[in-house]
Amino acid sequence: MKRIGVFVCSCGSNIEGAVDVCKVVEAMSKEPYVVYAANCKYMCSSSGQELIGKAAAEYELTGIAVCSCSPRMHEATFRKAAASAGLNPYKVEIANIREQCSWVHKDTAEATGKAITLAKAAVSKLCRDEELYPQSFPVTKRALVIGGGIAGIQTAEDISNAGYKVDIVEKKPSIGGKMAMLDKTFPTLDCSACILTPKTVDISHNENVRIFSYSEVESVSGYVGNFTVKIRRKARYVKEDLCTGCGLCAEKCPTKNVPNEFDLGLGSRSAIYIPFAQAVPKVAVIDPDSCRMLKDGKCGLCSRVCGAKAIDYSQKDEITEEKYGAIAVATGIDPIDVTPFDEYSYKNSKDVITALELERILNAAGPTNGRLVRLSDGIRPKTVVFISCVGSRCTEEDERGKTYCSKICCMYTAKQAILIKEKYPDTDIYVFYIDVRAPGKNFDEFYRRAAEKYGVKYIKGMVGKVCDENGVLTVKAADLINNEQMMIGADLVVLAAAVEPDKTAKALASKLNASIDGNGFFNEAHPKLRPVESPTAGVYLSGACSGPKDIPETVAQASAAAAKIIGLLSKNTLESDPCTAHADELKCSGCSLCANVCPYNAITYIEKEFRMPDKTVKIRRVASVNAAVCRGCGACTVACNNGAMDLHGFSREQILAEVDSICS
Amino acid sequence: MEFCYFPGCTLKNKAKDLDRCARLCAEILGVKLTELPEWQCCGGVYVSTSDDVAVKLASVRALIAAEERGLPLLTVCSACHNVLKRTEHDLRTNAEFAAKVKAYTGSEYKGTVKVVHYLEMLRDLIGYEKIRSAVKYPLDGMKIGCYYGCMLLRPGRVMRTDNPEDPVIMEELIKALGGEPVAFPERSECCGAYTYAESETLTEKRSERVVQSAKNCGAEALVTACPLCKYNAGKYGDLPVLYFTELTAKAFGV
Amino acid sequence: MKNIVSREEIIEMSGTDPAKCMKCGKCSASCPAYDEMEYPPHRFVYMIDQGNIGPLLECVGIYRCLSCYACVDRCPRGVEPAKLIEAVRVIAERKKEGNRIKAGELFEKADADMPSQAFSAAFRKYTK
Repeated sequence: MKRIGVFVCSCGSNIEGAVDVCKVVEAMSKEPYVVYAANCKYMCSSSGQELIGKAAAEYELTGIAVCSCSPRMHEATFRKAAASAGLNPYKVEIANIREQCSWVHKDTAEATGKAITLAKAAVSKLCRDEELYPQSFPVTKRALVIGGGIAGIQTAEDISNAGYKVDIVEKKPSIGGKMAMLDKTFPTLDCSACILTPKTVDISHNENVRIFSYSEVESVSGYVGNFTVKIRRKARYVKEDLCTGCGLCAEKCPTKNVPNEFDLGLGSRSAIYIPFAQAVPKVAVIDPDSCRMLKDGKCGLCSRVCGAKAIDYSQKDEITEEKYGAIAVATGIDPIDVTPFDEYSYKNSKDVITALELERILNAAGPTNGRLVRLSDGIRPKTVVFISCVGSRCTEEDERGKTYCSKICCMYTAKQAILIKEKYPDTDIYVFYIDVRAPGKNFDEFYRRAAEKYGVKYIKGMVGKVCDENGVLTVKAADLINNEQMMIGADLVVLAAAVEPDKTAKALASKLNASIDGNGFFNEAHPKLRPVESPTAGVYLSGACSGPKDIPETVAQASAAAAKIIGLLSKNTLESDPCTAHADELKCSGCSLCANVCPYNAITYIEKEFRMPDKTVKIRRVASVNAAVCRGCGACTVACNNGAMDLHGFSREQILAEVDSICS
Repeated sequence: MEFCYFPGCTLKNKAKDLDRCARLCAEILGVKLTELPEWQCCGGVYVSTSDDVAVKLASVRALIAAEERGLPLLTVCSACHNVLKRTEHDLRTNAEFAAKVKAYTGSEYKGTVKVVHYLEMLRDLIGYEKIRSAVKYPLDGMKIGCYYGCMLLRPGRVMRTDNPEDPVIMEELIKALGGEPVAFPERSECCGAYTYAESETLTEKRSERVVQSAKNCGAEALVTACPLCKYNAGKYGDLPVLYFTELTAKAFGV
Repeated sequence: MKNIVSREEIIEMSGTDPAKCMKCGKCSASCPAYDEMEYPPHRFVYMIDQGNIGPLLECVGIYRCLSCYACVDRCPRGVEPAKLIEAVRVIAERKKEGNRIKAGELFEKADADMPSQAFSAAFRKYTK
């Protein structure tokens, strides 16, 4: 016999302000199977939860309907209360009479009528609720971090410090990411390499951490706690375990003029190279596109000079398969391509550069050994113009730029201006800005220092055009405060390029079944309350893959992601939500429609024997749902032509009962 | 290859060379230019306000006439091209404008006419290779600044002639003719246009700047597709200014 | 100019929305006629957004805009300042008695070499 209790929450005045809760109680007490109905000021309070417990015992309730806020808020609270009272927690239904009722209706009669309708629908569904039990499954106690920049390094470090194993997959030959390319960091002007290299060195010696450099994620299968990941280890043509990083091969290599990626093509490297002095792992790599031996089979010099016998021209890409409990995405950001902004003459003038290129020029290990010079003629620039917001804050229709503020540009521009002024105080520096955005600890003070102490000329107004007349640059701008158009003869122009997600992010997101936004940044499970989790269970977001971030913010998020992963790995087993899909094998035709729409790859097909009425045995292909992977989204139930797919806790019968109740 | 040809008023008097050379070169390249009968002046400048229908009717009539003949509409003058191309865009994208126009003219534009500038025809339909082979007297060593002005290129989203900030369509032609194009930053900036009666200084300052920029980059002559650019740059600058069709005709030996 | 022109009227006529402006001034930085205008493009857009259109109807800048569309093509926000200026000019011409410049004067000021394109364009821009 069904015995249902209805609990109507006032939510202070949130619900009571528009809904006559007493009328709702009165109406619900007359409904079939309802043996108890009551109102409470705050159902989520401890007294509200006690009310559920008491009524359940006194009236021997078999199901509980709570008329309150959205189930996103307190479904878990009321399920726990029901469980404490000895009920199956899935025999709880929530009628949302706040967000979908009291908050959107002003008229009390109308709102009360709607609240009663919603409550009745919840009771109709509740009458058809089955008892559900979560499944439990084990957790692989190893994490994968994709991306070896400062975010990935921090996440891996924190997870390993908690005693868990971590693998880092980095697509480049060395970890270190963008931070390794920077000269100094704002707002303290620490040397970037000086604060990064202790971490890269530490992590390379950490017993819990394996670094798969020059590697990429090939495919991902499985689910939270039990991922299986195939990793492509690209051929280096150098045996990683034998190479000592002495660098003799690079010194002797006859092909010297290859653009150096680490210096953004401003400097050159040899065909066999170590990306930079502090590379981790410090192992050489051969670029097959420029190596004479690999292209024409003629050379082999590096092999001859290598004392460690580490060169292996026959190396091939290898795929290794690893198991993980959790995955952290730490793919970071890149500056956008500024060549489409032709009004700034980046493509045609060597002396119009991006901020990251300037970073390499200012870096002592960079292509000019830290001397600030023009790339066209090697002469030190006397007038430097910085242009902010190149490609940031554009309208959606703009094909060249991004709609968002790239967040880090105002600060790195101030930093670079200060660095130049420190080294060459007689340099004239102009910063053209729209707004200076410096909302961080000691950030605004830092920017003010650039203007006040270093005399950097901040001019409000965007640059219209950079004219290059035979190598002579003229910046055409408007000073909006002084109300005048300006023509500035500049020796060097620096573009603060917008940032965008790493090029690999999109493909990776689809391998992980993790969603990305229109700009290609990874979506958070909740933008405010779950910022380091993706909506896909077991996939976490570390650093700037979810949006532009500076180093401190990246590190904070990276540690937060690590904390979430440690929380997951600390469990021996995980429980899955039992509200999952299941196939009625008798109705299933094996057509694959459900598997095609499943966003989580939770549906596979099995060949199954069926005994037919004539006693013969027939083998049929039927759908089988992996309950651990299924997230209960219901896409398959809609796709199935035969009505074979149904959801536990949200069955077709239950939904129709709700609809019937609302329509009657 | 046949086009409806809209010469425009300037090409019938002050810019006769632009027209004459365009026709001669077309003949050599095997292009038939059929002048639209009874075409009317485009107005010289496009008026962007939504309720100005009457001023665009001349362009609409030209488009409808070309559509009836089933031919693309070719122009040489930058201004005509700008007005015709933008009016054509309006007809396809602004239903209210199209309806008003229909009420005025009594006939409907279906949206099938391609408005083509002579330079686009050379690039897209003839090809620079064929032009190169038609050259009899290459422009050896001539350093030429290609002056686009504004109307050939902008608004970029409608005109789609070339990249408004870094165009190459004329430079490529000069190369094919054996000349040495000189890119200068002012080449897609306005010459000061039609403001002679409004401001004493605007055209002078603008055109001086344009010519100076070309000289700074080493140009010995300017080439343009716009009669007004030619006039202003010639009046206020000290470089010879030629139409691109004149130069093409010279190289073709006609 | 007795009749007050509304912001909405300008938006309707020009087909562009001044509220999209983020006040970066790239239009004014690009404008070849900047020195000839009382209200440079960025300020023009701002005044329309504020509904402060009276002074714009009276200014000479509306006749100095070259309609070169550099501001339109470079605006990162998709505002089209040249179209806003054109809308104000057209309204100003319609509202006032007579023309900005008499047709006869357009011919008087021209020299013998001037292309007819310049007359037609000036005629469009300075007369009703």
